[in-house]
Amino acid sequence: MVIKTWIKVARDNKVTIYVPHQDIGQGSFTGLGQMAADEMDADWALVSVLEAPAHEAFANGAMITGMAGDLGVSDGLLSTLGFVIPKVARAVGLMLTGGSSSIRATGQYAMRPAGAAARAVFIEAAAKTWNLPASELQAANSRVTHASSGKSITYGELIDTAATITPPSSPRLKTPEQYTLIGKSVPRIDIPEKVNGTAKYAIDTRLPEMKYAAIRHSPVFGGTLDSVDDAAVLKMPGVTRVLKLPATKGTMMSPGDGDVAVVVVANNTWRAENAVRALTVNFGPGLNGNLSTASMFAGFDTAVSTPPKKDLHKQGDVGKVMNAAGAKIVEARYRAPFLDHAGMEPLSTTALVRADGTAELWVGSQVPLMARGAVADALGLKAENVLVHNHRMGGGFGRRLHVDFIVQAARVAAEMPGTPVKLTWSREESIQHGKYRPASVSRFKTAVDAEGYPVAWENVYNWHDDDAAKIPYGVADQHIGYVEATAPVPNGPWRSVGHSRHPFFTESFIDELANAAGVDPYAYRAKLLTNAPRHRAVLDLAAEKGNWGSPMPKGSGRGIAVHEAFGSIAAQVAEVTVVNGELKVNRIVCAIDCGQAINPDAVVAQVQGGALYGLSAALYGEITLAGGRVEQSNFHDYRSLLLQDAPAVEVHIINSGAALGGVGEPGTPCVAPAIANALFAATGQRARELPVKVQTATATESAA
Amino acid sequence: MAFQLTINGRAREIDVEGDMPLLWVLRDEIGLTGTKFGCGIGACGACTVHINGEAIRSCQMPVSGVAGPITTIEGLGAGQADELHPVQKAWVAAQVPQCGYCQSGLIMAVASLLAKNPSPTDDDLKTTVTNICRCGTHDRVRAAVAALAKA
Ligand code: FES
Ligand code: FES
Repeated sequence: MVIKTWIKVARDNKVTIYVPHQDIGQGSFTGLGQMAADEMDADWALVSVLEAPAHEAFANGAMITGMAGDLGVSDGLLSTLGFVIPKVARAVGLMLTGGSSSIRATGQYAMRPAGAAARAVFIEAAAKTWNLPASELQAANSRVTHASSGKSITYGELIDTAATITPPSSPRLKTPEQYTLIGKSVPRIDIPEKVNGTAKYAIDTRLPEMKYAAIRHSPVFGGTLDSVDDAAVLKMPGVTRVLKLPATKGTMMSPGDGDVAVVVVANNTWRAENAVRALTVNFGPGLNGNLSTASMFAGFDTAVSTPPKKDLHKQGDVGKVMNAAGAKIVEARYRAPFLDHAGMEPLSTTALVRADGTAELWVGSQVPLMARGAVADALGLKAENVLVHNHRMGGGFGRRLHVDFIVQAARVAAEMPGTPVKLTWSREESIQHGKYRPASVSRFKTAVDAEGYPVAWENVYNWHDDDAAKIPYGVADQHIGYVEATAPVPNGPWRSVGHSRHPFFTESFIDELANAAGVDPYAYRAKLLTNAPRHRAVLDLAAEKGNWGSPMPKGSGRGIAVHEAFGSIAAQVAEVTVVNGELKVNRIVCAIDCGQAINPDAVVAQVQGGALYGLSAALYGEITLAGGRVEQSNFHDYRSLLLQDAPAVEVHIINSGAALGGVGEPGTPCVAPAIANALFAATGQRARELPVKVQTATATESAA
Repeated sequence: MAFQLTINGRAREIDVEGDMPLLWVLRDEIGLTGTKFGCGIGACGACTVHINGEAIRSCQMPVSGVAGPITTIEGLGAGQADELHPVQKAWVAAQVPQCGYCQSGLIMAVASLLAKNPSPTDDDLKTTVTNICRCGTHDRVRAAVAALAKA
């Protein structure tokens, strides 16, 4: 029997729970399974969790309404999704993995009620079978028992009777003290297949008679593919086709309907890649051939010099306070670069398009339903004739919310009906044709009182995507907003969206204010958080566990930051040392209040991972443009943390009982400000740009 | 041209160009997809396999240069109870993988290090295991290796 499409119980008592998300290693299959299984009192050993097929019945409605509603999911994510394929998104709904939504939306609003309904149905079925009142029966470990008579029956034995019972529409959920699985660190179910090479990612797809394709895009965003000389390449071993591709609709920067990429099809990935590199191709620059990050930032700097043009948050009258006689003003501006997601698995899709108008896709997608719709749209097929096989993903981080690489594979496959084709982007193409975290500049102006605490706060930035610039601090007059200044660069959500840069801006600036006031930065924040008790508790815990205030050797320092994102509040204390002009991060201590940790060890792993992902970006991450093209190309110049650079990351969880917050993203936001503030504590150097760079003695002297 | 390879104890004859990297022979010609492609330039370690027990980055090893038996992640646990090498068991115990994509390479790199040096120091680990993990499993890798070094 199936309860509300989410849970299946078989005659042998095995339970299958279907979840409308992919597990990208965040442990959501395990966590969602725990939530359903706990409510239904299932025996965890009998439970398996599968990704629901890409089908409307499983479309993640909670995500859509949650995003628009009060769950605090980023507007940026919503607008980007709307931007990618608005028609399709609305027509077929979403099965989306992003916005830290799996547990708090699907888990709370689908998994737990479905589990509780299943439990009620089995109790009812046993009551019918035994002719006993339901109130005398108990459920545990996938069995219903009647204590006084000693009767006992498994859920599996009850499925025929259960199938005749209508599940309650609003079943009673457990209270925290009744939980048996929620809150326990059960081992993650996706781990065993990830240690022996058996986990299958989209890039691992193998089908009989399949071909392999490689791609090269116009290096300039919005550039054109003017001509291709493929004569020599078609003679290379294994090469069968050379094809041109147009821009994928809705992915921006298409200068028209012209072609923007060239693809070689061969009988092996390496042969296809060699051949595509050997092609003689003329690309045209289109309209953006002069774009550079230097000129772009100059434009942003000018743009943010005015007060906000669009408001994010306004209270009181900042102008009046700042213009009052004797007002003491503190100002600063900060900047953050473009970032690529750089998930470990290069982008790849296998597609098979048949002459009868049906198609199959083997993908790793955070939005499989949207992929299905976009492919149907591009090829003129009916969506129901497109079958999507979603896979484990070698990192998503937001890049796999886009479907460009999936539509491309389908277009190639459509040229050779009946033959499956796997398109694999090289790392170079993946880094140079990303959907980058937007670059931006943020300018602050405050008036401070006699003790140096802010009484008026003006903040204006460019490239708005969500509410991440809001501050938790008690400042009476605030004006936070943005100006519309962007650049023709493909962009999108990057782990934690706007929260990946605004806390660097706001938490660095607060640190500057504390320093200007001559007050300890932790004490300064604490004083401003009098009316934000959850923030205060998290900040206090991070400070305590991070040994805030204990002496440090010369050249070392501690930095602190606190921020709310995706319904969770996190704070971090970082310890750094400058050795030979290099910033070394020795330790990061995180505290997080995510309401309730469903699987504490998985929460710890996510916060650790989020912090180190943010640390890679804060120390090295920078996508720059010259002549309209990305200058970085692979991990040698788009660096990522190695073991030798990675500090220990401690995570401390507060189960406050507040509404569930996300955990996949909130580990990221505080890292950059915590290490920048620590660098200041260690050296007196204030990093106002990311990535954080230590100024060498010579640079400091020549600047002086 | 034809090459004779021994992969996970099994003899294979492969007829490909001599400069085809071992990575693509394994993945596309043989179908052993547990060895991963991450960068193709020797920078990430996702493609790490053993040749003669030595950890090498297979994207940088032309098939013509292979001298000795190859072990991939699929063959690492051969002969062990439940087919899992101690490193793989330690990885499960410490709940190391997140997305998992880098883990084959990491496990192969660590297994080769431990075969030569059963109690590596933190410094040994830093200088020999230079794989990239974008998910940030670094802390747990260290914990798993520390548990193995003690065992
Ligand atoms: S794929 Fe070989 S080192 Fe990255
Ligand atoms: S676990 Fe995802 S890259 Fe390492």
